[in-house]
Amino acid sequence: MLQGYAFVLILSGIAFILPVAATFMGYLLGPRKPDAIKGDTYESGVETIGDAWVQFRAQYYLIGLIFLIFDVEVIFLFPIALAYRNLSLFGVAATITFVLILILGLLLEWRKGSLEWQ
Amino acid sequence: MQQEWLWSDSLINLFTGLGMPKFLAIGLAYGLGAFILANVGLILTLALIWIMRKVLSRIQDRIGPNRVGRYGLFQTVADAMKLLSKEVIRPAHSDMITYDLAPVFSVFGVIMILAVIPFAPGLIGVDLNIGVLYLVALGSVGIMADLMAGWSSNNKYALLAGFRVVAQLLSYEIPMVLSMLAPVLLLGTMRMGEISAAQGLHVLGLNLGFGWLVFLMPGAFLIFFISALAESEQTPFDLLEAESELISGFHIEYSGMKFAMFFLAQFINTFFLGAIAVTLFLGGWQGPFVDNLPAPFSQILGLIYFNIKTFAVYIAIVWIKGTFPRIRVDQMMSFAWKVLVPLVLSLILWEMIALKLPGGAVIQYGAVLVGNLVVIGVVLNILGNHFKREQVRSKRAFEPKTLIGTMRPAPTAETAAAGD
Repeated sequence: MLQGYAFVLILSGIAFILPVAATFMGYLLGPRKPDAIKGDTYESGVETIGDAWVQFRAQYYLIGLIFLIFDVEVIFLFPIALAYRNLSLFGVAATITFVLILILGLLLEWRKGSLEWQ
Repeated sequence: MQQEWLWSDSLINLFTGLGMPKFLAIGLAYGLGAFILANVGLILTLALIWIMRKVLSRIQDRIGPNRVGRYGLFQTVADAMKLLSKEVIRPAHSDMITYDLAPVFSVFGVIMILAVIPFAPGLIGVDLNIGVLYLVALGSVGIMADLMAGWSSNNKYALLAGFRVVAQLLSYEIPMVLSMLAPVLLLGTMRMGEISAAQGLHVLGLNLGFGWLVFLMPGAFLIFFISALAESEQTPFDLLEAESELISGFHIEYSGMKFAMFFLAQFINTFFLGAIAVTLFLGGWQGPFVDNLPAPFSQILGLIYFNIKTFAVYIAIVWIKGTFPRIRVDQMMSFAWKVLVPLVLSLILWEMIALKLPGGAVIQYGAVLVGNLVVIGVVLNILGNHFKREQVRSKRAFEPKTLIGTMRPAPTAETAAAGD
């Protein structure tokens, strides 16, 4: 049963090594002539002013939060879906209530305007 | 499903037959399988890029690559060689560790998908009992890699694109995960192999292989397909690398092989999302007579069916890339949250109710089908209205002369007094 995860482990090792090896080959085969202008930030030929690490719009953060709430709740639905055929009436009612709460939460977000993208 | 043949079992038996201890045989067999699988994934990219360039050129009335090798087949090999021999420039102001790790993670998350894709009966990396959940988890690795690349480059365009990527991929992850839930709910299993095996159609002991779930739940398939387009950053949703706004997206500062890694990850990701769509909705390796043949032929036939379907889905994605206009960022966000998520949530709710209806399988499946058809109608209606409006808008933008005659002068004091 758990033996299958050995394959995932081995594949993850290979999946990590392959891109590393490819980039390393690039380092070996490519020329290396670093200079100050080459290493500068690319900005369509204009000299860069300041850093890019600045405070950013909160909208993206808000979307991230909504995603987090939904994703966690959706993940809960997967175990329920596995056993859904054998659920009793009470279990079905609980599941449907859960999904209804999800829909109501989405409608609340909608009304509050968190889904508007300015 | 008469005999459970599995590639790893027969390989392990072969190695233990040669006198190896059990754990060594398992390690060697899995290592060999994983190595072949990962390399096939990488080499596949060369073919995928060639197909995309050829199909796109045909759509745009060009010939496309035709110089290197027959039909330009080796053009992508030549491109890969060129990228290998390019200098890898690392910007001086970037965050070194994150900058170097981002392309690696981007490829990592994509290759790991291969572990649970059933190519043929018994030919699946490993049939994990949490297969679908595993795919959902891997989706987040790619998002992380894109954000790492965008942030660590210390470039304003890259940062903007990085944030856009995160907003887009997070938004479309929800409808994708929920539409993947629909087959799981129906079949009661998360094993990708079992989901493929369940989509056969047995008539008189023969497997016609046309019990595809897309016939039962076309709505879930449509939503999955649209979200997969967004997840793989393909055209209607490729605004994160909008050339005219963000130069190239989060990988502006990458060059040489590191850039190639992002490019490769995007292409295989597109293909694998197609493969997941095929497995979940289009019957996987199912086709006429696929498991009525003796052992090796049935696997070969399954492999052929799977590849035909997956390449067909890939070419459909390229077709969409060649014909659809890019959408705006606010349209993209509102389409995910205000159309897809409520629809797919209601679809899941309806499916839950339908599967508990009294009256046997026919009524239950009929109810599921009706719900899916309603969802398809709503989605296509919204999309159709959008593109109709868009057409009128862009026509107005490009033909200002036709508007001159139709415009009225602003009302002056006399015309207002005259009553018009």
